[in-house]
Amino acid sequence: MSTTDKTAIDLKAVTMLPNKTGHFGPYGGRFVSETLMSALDDLTELYDRLSQDPEFQKEYDYDLAHYVGRPSPLYFAERLTEKAGGAKIYLKREDLNHTGAHKVNNTIGQALLAKYTGKPKVIAETGAGQHGVATATVAARLGLQCTVFMGATDVERQKLNVYRMRLLGAEVIPVTSGTATLKDAMNEAMRHWVTNVDDTFYIIGTAAGPHPYPKLVRDFQSIIGRETKRQSMEHEGRLPDAVVACVGGGSNAIGMFYPFIEDESVAMYGVEAGGHGLEGDDHAAPLCKGKPGVLHGNRTYLMEDENGQIMGTHSVSAGLDYPGVGPEHSYLKDIGRVNYVAATDDEALEAFHTLTEIEGIMPALESSHAIAYAMKLAATMDKDKVIVVNLSGRGDKDIHTVAGLDGIEI
Amino acid sequence: MNRVDQCFADLKASGKKALIPFITGGDPKPGLTVELMHTLVESGADIIELGVPFSDPMADGPTIQLACERALRHNTSLRDILAMVKTFRETNTTTPVVLMGYLNPVEIMGYENFAKTASESGLDGALVVDMPPEESEVLAGYFKQHDLKLVFLMAPTTPDARATTICEHGSGYLYYVSVKGVTGSAALDIDDVKANLDRIRAKTQLPLGVGFGIKDGKTAAAVAKVADAVIVGSALVRCIEENENEPDVIKQRLSALMTEMRTAMDA
Repeated sequence: MSTTDKTAIDLKAVTMLPNKTGHFGPYGGRFVSETLMSALDDLTELYDRLSQDPEFQKEYDYDLAHYVGRPSPLYFAERLTEKAGGAKIYLKREDLNHTGAHKVNNTIGQALLAKYTGKPKVIAETGAGQHGVATATVAARLGLQCTVFMGATDVERQKLNVYRMRLLGAEVIPVTSGTATLKDAMNEAMRHWVTNVDDTFYIIGTAAGPHPYPKLVRDFQSIIGRETKRQSMEHEGRLPDAVVACVGGGSNAIGMFYPFIEDESVAMYGVEAGGHGLEGDDHAAPLCKGKPGVLHGNRTYLMEDENGQIMGTHSVSAGLDYPGVGPEHSYLKDIGRVNYVAATDDEALEAFHTLTEIEGIMPALESSHAIAYAMKLAATMDKDKVIVVNLSGRGDKDIHTVAGLDGIEI
Repeated sequence: MNRVDQCFADLKASGKKALIPFITGGDPKPGLTVELMHTLVESGADIIELGVPFSDPMADGPTIQLACERALRHNTSLRDILAMVKTFRETNTTTPVVLMGYLNPVEIMGYENFAKTASESGLDGALVVDMPPEESEVLAGYFKQHDLKLVFLMAPTTPDARATTICEHGSGYLYYVSVKGVTGSAALDIDDVKANLDRIRAKTQLPLGVGFGIKDGKTAAAVAKVADAVIVGSALVRCIEENENEPDVIKQRLSALMTEMRTAMDA
């Protein structure tokens, strides 16, 4: 599938990235104003130390097992497989985690780091609200004061999650600047952090941002891919032929992909938000249609105009409605290890209904993009092939959106 | 000699401190920017920091965010800003102009192309807010080739080792951010600023400018006592914001505030 000559690339070396300065090839790095540089240095140093510390790992593993409920199942979706009419489709059930999505894998880890820094306050940006809920949840558990920044547009379309965060004791601040979506929430979180850096830990939810965040988030999410490998061996006696995950900022995808980088037999597909279609501008697919640039502390593919201004994006799913993407994905695209594709709003909605109706599993609209592409992919593959789709979150939060699109008032 | 170096040498000889106003290019409309630059010079500016509007100004408070939005309503681009500098140079060949903005518009124009065009336009330097010294090597090379200054920020949170690195990389002057926060934030603590400037001065011969929290004659004069340059942004941008459709009022207000600060600093 790839156009790049993979034999020329040392995939083992790819897994050793980022380098010391936080770069994945030309991507990543640390592009923030000076006030934050020392906090990022401190965080890098702390994480380098704790990630080698068995006590920290033990605490993290314990929480994943007993608080999150890991391992999450790898489920054979028999009727979905039948409907797609090709390769066997398995679902990695991240939707069954506590709080209903993969996001908590990372917030557990970062909140533990926050605890070690002794900072009493945490902040987060959120799009769909899943990362906000996951942050508010761990903050409640650890007794940390939590503030979540959320685009005003998203506050409107993800009301349920906003209320969940407030019930958990978090303050939710609607952000009205710019396009009032995830990118603006991230701008505002950065502004807040710069002002309160002494007592505040910023829990970034996506695999983007200044170094060391892309690495932190990847490491904490990689539990998804590691479990998938083991479970695939249990179910099928071998690794899958393909893994599929949706990509907004790319945290669930990198968590699934990273452990498979060296397994060349496993094809990988990152599904971006195709919105109303890639031929126009109403989508959120920087890897498919964007150009490299610098935003939110890292160099990566972006949706930008000819003057370097960031473009407004569109996706039916708030969690994918972001003009950038994690820098490791940009690198994996360039070296051809992962294929980045897109599913439109309509395709995602159809997949949402299909999975709900024939498997009794209601996927998040974000994850529905991955389901939609996996069904297409499965149809092109033999019946003895195996695809794993990362079902990154559950769809309860999207019921209002789906009902609205169907013209139903709840 | 680069105009920035010349400016600080002249000021030193006359025992004065630099007053550096900031406005966003293209705010409230592109046609007015060059006129406003002249107004700033006439009312006491030694150097002009010209903002390049960006869609996601992460380090800026609401005032400069809105200035960016006004400029972007007219699609003001980095190329447009450089053209404004070129026009300004037709009638002013002495006042240094330093661009201030974010990296992405520079990335898309290309570092080499930017440095070359900037130099041809009569620009003297640039401060790229989200490009720390660690990421600046390539751009710094082109800047050196064209005798352009690369100005860096220094913050209250900058530890000593980093401060040394920044001093080694910076040229023209250093911009000390007086408070932890975004542009237009709360008042600065002058004793704290002085202590930090003393710490930096031990490491470098570069002139030290102070920005953030300076809004009137009183704060400008206080900062002028401890720094080599006083940088004022949001307070001036607010004069534009409040009189968006009245160019003459904007000029009067800018001129009045500049004069107040100049007078207080020179007293």
